[in-house]
Amino acid sequence: MELNAKIPEGPLASKWSKHKFNLKLVNPANKRKYTILVVGTGLAGSSAAASLAELGYNVKTFCFQDSPRRAHSIAAQGGINAAKNYRNDGDSVHRLFYDTIKGGDYRAREANVHRLAEVSVNIIDQCVAQGVPFAREYGGLLDNRSFGGSQVSRTFYARGQTGQQLLLGAYSALNRQINEGAVQSYTRHEMLDVVVVDGKAQGIVTRDLVTGKIESHAGHAVLLCTGGYGNVFYLSTNAMGCNVTAAWKAHKRGAFFGNPCYTQIHPTCIPVTGDHQSKLTLMSESLRNDGRVWAPRTPELAQRLRKGEIKVEDLKEEDRDYFLERKYPAFGNLVPRDVASRNAKEAVDEGRGVGGSGIAVFLDFADAIKRLGEDAVRAKYGNLFDMYYQITDENPYKHPMRIYPAVHYTMGGLWVDYNLQTTVPGLYALGEANFSDHGANRLGASALMQGLADGYFVIPATVGDYLATIGPKPVDANHPAFAETTKAVKERIDKLLSLKGNKTVDEYHRELGLIMWEYCGMARTAEGLAKAKGLISALRADFWKNAIVLGTNDEMNQSLEKAGRVADFLELGELMVDDALNRSESCGGHFRVESQTEEGEALRDDENFAYVAAWEYKGDNVAEALHKEALVFENIKLAQRSYK
Amino acid sequence: MSGHMNLTLKVWRQKNENDRGGFITYKATDISPDMSFLEMLDVVNESLVKRGEDPIYFDHDCREGICGMCSLYINGRPHGPKRAITTCQLHMRSFSDGETITIEPWRSAAFPVIKDLATNRAAFERIQQAGGFVSVGTGGVPDANEIPIPKVIADEAFNSATCIGCGACVAACKNASAMLFVSAKISQLALLPQGQQERYQRAQAMVAQMDEEGFGNCTNTGACEAECPKEISLTNIARMNREFFSAKFFKEEEIR
Amino acid sequence: MGNFSNTFSSSLGKKLVMSLTGLFMCSFLVVHLVGNLQLFKHDGGLAFNTYAYFMTHFPPIKVVSYLLYTSIVLHAIYALVLTMKNKKARPIGYAVTNGKANSPWTSRNMGILGTVLLVFIIIHMNTFWAKYHWGGVPYKKYVIELQNPEHVQVTDLPISSVEPVHTDAVDLQSGSRVVIAKDLYLIVQNAFESPLYVAFYVLAMAALSFHLIHGFRSAFQTLGWDHKKYIPLIRFIGVWGFGLLIPIVFAAMPLFFLFKTFS
Repeated sequence: MELNAKIPEGPLASKWSKHKFNLKLVNPANKRKYTILVVGTGLAGSSAAASLAELGYNVKTFCFQDSPRRAHSIAAQGGINAAKNYRNDGDSVHRLFYDTIKGGDYRAREANVHRLAEVSVNIIDQCVAQGVPFAREYGGLLDNRSFGGSQVSRTFYARGQTGQQLLLGAYSALNRQINEGAVQSYTRHEMLDVVVVDGKAQGIVTRDLVTGKIESHAGHAVLLCTGGYGNVFYLSTNAMGCNVTAAWKAHKRGAFFGNPCYTQIHPTCIPVTGDHQSKLTLMSESLRNDGRVWAPRTPELAQRLRKGEIKVEDLKEEDRDYFLERKYPAFGNLVPRDVASRNAKEAVDEGRGVGGSGIAVFLDFADAIKRLGEDAVRAKYGNLFDMYYQITDENPYKHPMRIYPAVHYTMGGLWVDYNLQTTVPGLYALGEANFSDHGANRLGASALMQGLADGYFVIPATVGDYLATIGPKPVDANHPAFAETTKAVKERIDKLLSLKGNKTVDEYHRELGLIMWEYCGMARTAEGLAKAKGLISALRADFWKNAIVLGTNDEMNQSLEKAGRVADFLELGELMVDDALNRSESCGGHFRVESQTEEGEALRDDENFAYVAAWEYKGDNVAEALHKEALVFENIKLAQRSYK
Repeated sequence: MSGHMNLTLKVWRQKNENDRGGFITYKATDISPDMSFLEMLDVVNESLVKRGEDPIYFDHDCREGICGMCSLYINGRPHGPKRAITTCQLHMRSFSDGETITIEPWRSAAFPVIKDLATNRAAFERIQQAGGFVSVGTGGVPDANEIPIPKVIADEAFNSATCIGCGACVAACKNASAMLFVSAKISQLALLPQGQQERYQRAQAMVAQMDEEGFGNCTNTGACEAECPKEISLTNIARMNREFFSAKFFKEEEIR
Repeated sequence: MGNFSNTFSSSLGKKLVMSLTGLFMCSFLVVHLVGNLQLFKHDGGLAFNTYAYFMTHFPPIKVVSYLLYTSIVLHAIYALVLTMKNKKARPIGYAVTNGKANSPWTSRNMGILGTVLLVFIIIHMNTFWAKYHWGGVPYKKYVIELQNPEHVQVTDLPISSVEPVHTDAVDLQSGSRVVIAKDLYLIVQNAFESPLYVAFYVLAMAALSFHLIHGFRSAFQTLGWDHKKYIPLIRFIGVWGFGLLIPIVFAAMPLFFLFKTFS
């Protein structure tokens, strides 16, 4: 199958507007004859569902949480980028486009990223109109702050709770449509499969998590807005419920998976304290505006610090290595996430780590407090400092924070074309669930931007084209495909429920996470990846023999829910490893030890790897087929990324 | 790394909405003070699963205090003994070795228990659906900086908007009143210029829905404010009252 | 009208009734207190009895008094209705509650305090108000020398089948003011000779104190009168004025008579 990204012809800046004109429209009276199923209700899902319902389509939304507004977009802290240039600091759509392509280490599509930068300005307008309380200056206008990977201030924020406020905004728009009867909201429902009829996605199968009822829902298009798969690492900054199941089932039904190995390890997270840990907590990147990252200059000093022989306060200025400022004077502490993370790992690997485990570096606010005063620092970051204090029982106003990178975001996801359609017609992927806009590394404050861009502005235009093509005739819910898919779902549940082994599902998940972190984490080698592949497939085989899954289907059964999700992670993990093994270059968050510059930076191989790796499922225990979508750069010159 | 704390847990177990339910006592052993409360329950659940017993069901998701899903009533207080945090942010160092901890679900007629410690909080959704929005569609809105908003107003609106809708206010209130939640939602949009067009109809519609859901009435005890993980203040309730009475006695707008 | 009844049947409408009736009763308390200060005068009850007559016969005050009775009844009925609704809102209670961790005791016990006060009001009105109106209270005659108003001659009028006429006139011939009035003062004095009765009054005033420490401020909160500039003042008046000063002065009255009896 030939991958067609459907990127419009013409100059970069006019591609989107021209494309919108060329897309077919659905007559307003016909819109109500279409039903669109939206799975996942984070920023992408809520904004898409609301916008489509406003247009007149019938929409059904599904989320596994007890309310659409609890989707994990809510936890995004720092902000959302937009090329508004309100600061007069030289920002523009083109600069946001450029920063994003460069930040993604030249592994994203130019056309998609430019569109993202274009609509970024509309997103802010939309959110403000909904009543999102962004931070403001005394003059009443919107405030901005800086984020990693850019030298302009273009990040809009709402204290440390930007994701929450944006999601509540999108959710309020969704509520308005629910109130008007245009959207039916299904909560505590988990999607377990896609129904494909004659090659087109025409429905989904869900499980009601309260009653266990397996239901099928028919629709003219299915939008997967189901987020990323970072929980394959077990420990991540994702919510406990985040999972790959919806995307994975879609993959198994024919949707190609793009760049699965691209995962983002976020530099500023609270370090792991013990093996009881269930998740990791992120401290917003915005902290790097004022916090300085450092480690003791020598392993000896670090060791004495760990043993408690000396205190942080005793370390003289020359014994502190502000390694980001030292190595990257131009961007300093605000280098992109992959660079910051790798450098923290390097310091720890050199034995210069701090904290009980020695797996952490410092993020120090002493200078900022001296310069701005404690109150000003509190006003900017108060909730983050409180959060740190709650978790570590250590006062960050007095002592430097300890941080370490943690899995945060997955740039990879379902392969989509310019219309956000997967390789299955009628099946779309939006937000983190798709692979499209961030290349090999996502810049801070861009996830919220992409989720909302896809939902508010892209999908309302592109889905109409498909719907107009297939016509408004009702979807036949009695088509055998519905019964078949439902049967397959039930059989899998029965199979899971029959597992009465001796190892808990969490144990498998933790074990998988350790393998992934060790071999497919911040640094990857061919040898390690090959080893991981064997380990994962052995673990998966063991899971299907020895896992414990309790209870029945007809009840609230967390044991069953978890088992289904972990089973899918066990399959995805292997694909990630395959992809990482295939991509023997380094780029962005994907660091192959074999491919680095003399200074230890990620070394790309544009000649051989300037492509999107899109994987096609070929059947259980059969190697997936690799399809390549060549990345063409017409407007940007590929260069070794430098933040020095 | 396991810890040294041993605890006795009295946990509400209830199979489903129709089951009567009751307390069951569990031992939690070798608990580390660095664990979060939910991680402690994970440990207990893990051992239950190993024994083939149904693990304790509790709602949780983000585990960083923002999704509002976790909802445990611990030793007589929603989200446990510490102020301004959610259950997932509570750590075991807030308890002492040998302590008995009673864990109950939120109790309210409007929040029926669906299993063990999880309740159905859809009443909150319906209240927001009744009017917690600004009726603007996607597209065609003015530039974000077209309407300046005084910083104090924006900040105050933000303070109301930080509500995570967990329901601790209802759980804490001796009357199971939802007024802190509803007032925070009404306040946010009542304060901002974008919310003015539907300001008075919104207050009436949301209060009417709140009444319909069967929540109790506010007696200004302040328990909600004290227990709110996001420290939503009682001022919001005063503001809601003002909005509602203004709407009813001095304005033209009625519930649509 | 639909909208109107709709408003008052809503949760907030019911609270509005509680708030307005409560505040009205608070304002009455001030008047009642000022009037009752006459009890402390050493004039054989002249000032107090005159005041009692004024309060029961001046038409505008009579109107206000009916408003007051209505307020008491409404306040009690709405409290009952709200309490029942609140109980219904939590059909299954908690096994463990720790109310003191998040709210003051007074705020959680307004119903009990209010019930004590309602019982008190019934007994209080039965002892004085009902007796004054229908209880055959004896009359006193006061002769005050105009030249020397300090000099008051007091005589008990005999109880006879013909009720004396209330009089308040100046006799120019004798240069004196003659007042014939129902001797409510005597009733008060007699009532407060009983230590048990006085104890009940003091207890009721304690209940009043707790009720108002929460109630006064709470009424403003319900009305939506809430601003950081004047909330401290309202809190101050609520705690020190209505919560302490007023109940203490009221409680001082029965104690004053009790001590007088014993000394």
